[in-house]
Amino acid sequence: MRSIQFREALREALSEEMRRDESIFLMGEEVAEYNGAYKVSQGMLDEFGAKRIIDTPIAELGFAGIGVGAAMNGLRPIIEFMTFNFSLVAIDQVINAAAKMYSMSGGQFNIPMVFRGPTGSAGQLGAQHSQAFENWYANCPGLKVVVPSNPYDAKGLLKTAIRDNDPVIFMESEQMYGDKGEVPEEEYLIPIGVADVKRTGTHVTLVSFGKIMKVVLAAAEELAKEGIECEVIDLRTVRPIDYNTVIESVKKTNRLVIIEEAWPLASISSEITYMVQKNAFDYLDAPIRRITTQDVPLGYAPTLVQAFLPSIQKTVQTVKEVLYK
Amino acid sequence: MAKLTFTKETYLQWFESMMLMRRFEEKSAQLYGQQKIKGFCHLYIGQEAVVAGTMSALQKDDRLITAYRDHAHALACGISARAVMAELYGKATGCSKGKGGSMHMFSKEHNFFGGHGIVGGQIPLGAGIAFADQYRGGKQVTVCYFGDGAMRQGALHETFNMAMLWKLPVIFVIENNGYAMGTSVERTSNVGELYKAGLAFDMPSFSVDGMKAESVHEAVAKAAERGRNGDGPTLLEIRTYRYRGHSMSDPAKYRTKEEVEAYKLQDPLEQVRTSILNKKWASAEDLDKIEENINNIVQDAVDFSENSPFPDESELFTDVYAEPNYPFIIE
Ligand SMILES: Cc1ncc(C[n+]2csc(CCOP(=O)(O)OP(=O)(O)O)c2C)c(N)n1
Ligand SMILES: [Mg+2]
Repeated sequence: MRSIQFREALREALSEEMRRDESIFLMGEEVAEYNGAYKVSQGMLDEFGAKRIIDTPIAELGFAGIGVGAAMNGLRPIIEFMTFNFSLVAIDQVINAAAKMYSMSGGQFNIPMVFRGPTGSAGQLGAQHSQAFENWYANCPGLKVVVPSNPYDAKGLLKTAIRDNDPVIFMESEQMYGDKGEVPEEEYLIPIGVADVKRTGTHVTLVSFGKIMKVVLAAAEELAKEGIECEVIDLRTVRPIDYNTVIESVKKTNRLVIIEEAWPLASISSEITYMVQKNAFDYLDAPIRRITTQDVPLGYAPTLVQAFLPSIQKTVQTVKEVLYK
Repeated sequence: MAKLTFTKETYLQWFESMMLMRRFEEKSAQLYGQQKIKGFCHLYIGQEAVVAGTMSALQKDDRLITAYRDHAHALACGISARAVMAELYGKATGCSKGKGGSMHMFSKEHNFFGGHGIVGGQIPLGAGIAFADQYRGGKQVTVCYFGDGAMRQGALHETFNMAMLWKLPVIFVIENNGYAMGTSVERTSNVGELYKAGLAFDMPSFSVDGMKAESVHEAVAKAAERGRNGDGPTLLEIRTYRYRGHSMSDPAKYRTKEEVEAYKLQDPLEQVRTSILNKKWASAEDLDKIEENINNIVQDAVDFSENSPFPDESELFTDVYAEPNYPFIIE
């Protein structure tokens, strides 16, 4: 099968859907003439023209809201945030408008739109450019939140997100855009809300999503060398969460470690921990553990970045602890 | 106010401070190439007269705040080249202890309220700093810098309105360098004259030649006087140009070589040099000596940074809360 970059997989999803449906447009900073800050939309202005690939001024609150209004009136907007760090400027429109509109209007105005862009840290970018927002948006009913970890999932899930009739937050990473992976030429869709078991194993279940999957898969590889077989689950979406796949796995392995790039309080790992202890309490042979980022804003220095993030080494260590090794 | 005349001292001060900004950043670009400096790094080269012309028109306890393109502002406020360079390196001896990096220089001691990373985010902050001075009956003014791109943020319009309503002692400076990343000013609004944004609030608003330290100084001096007299804010659209790409990763294909070269012909630093030489306030050799001294300051800053330690991991948990014993969640 051919191998393409994460950014190309996204571009194919965007372009294929835009060819299918005239009501879809892409709007955001530097998406058109500059071909995308991270080159996701390269060439799309040429194909679809300035009516459908739209550069905006730096005005996130305004263009996010314009997207929601357009969705209320029959279009299917895709709003790109250069990064989700800047979505904070727009978050009123995402939460108070996009997420609540259908409910508030008694089911009259659904919002078929996608907000997409990179989430999380991407090296030494300092506190204002390094925040992860998965749990923030996942907390809000009315939204769906998709966080793919590889090109194949990115394409299939983005196509589904664009066709979805509810607002979808679609989160990428600057540190994944260049990743290559196999993506078939034929069309396919991946449903929202279905986790993917990336590796089967019997000793411990590892759960993660998005960019951090790279860390987790590498840790599982290391552990396999020592005879520890991890079952690795990629959640792929964090609203809804495929609790069932996680719970069934824990019933088999009896141990769970959740790894995510997020501040610990009220994170996705807190949520999964609650559901697993509620539904599989008697199956657990060790306390559920998690690896999050440290509970602080991320500083610039390399020493701080390294100590802040989940790592292969921290994962290996924690797995050994739940196995009492 | 009568047209200002500038002294020899002012010109030499401009020359020195602009030369420091220029050489410091040329060095930074080199160090970025060597991966000594990481992350986003936005250079100010070409725009130096904006900061230099502001500083000469201000008083020592006036306040500054700006965006992420902040190395020159930090240096001009009096933060040492060592502390700014060490911050670029992410070292514990940096002016933000290595926690901020290129975009987040700060110095309370030097009344520098920081470099800020969210476009437009510092605009309300600048007004708030001025609010505090007004509240205490102080005579300080705040200069709040932002880019042409930041003009388009809603926060600007909200802030302008309140700043006028409450007559806050703040000078809003648009550093109009023609582009926000790859987007030219013309592509962001049907109003090309950015200073006009202030007129909707009856804010005194002017456009200024940002390649000339003299023009900047004059405009800022008048605005500062207005602020100190309780007459409220001023908006200055200072027209300037950045020679380099938006950040180190931008090849700047959205503009022509000719355009860049045309601006370099009016280079702000060269204009100051020419004026000094024409007025015979210093000889070419004198200026070379200043330059040499500055090269030494920059090299010393690099050596200092190289020899400084990175912050210890434990520094993650310092400076997050003012409260000394905050109970962080530690796994
Ligand atoms: C709210 C927000 N949106 C987008 C960005 C990404 N970004 C960083 S700088 C920039 C361009 C800003 O241009 P301008 O205000 O003209 O300042 P200049 O870089 O020219 O100094 C953009 C879009 C950001 N940092 N914050
Ligand atoms: Mg600009």
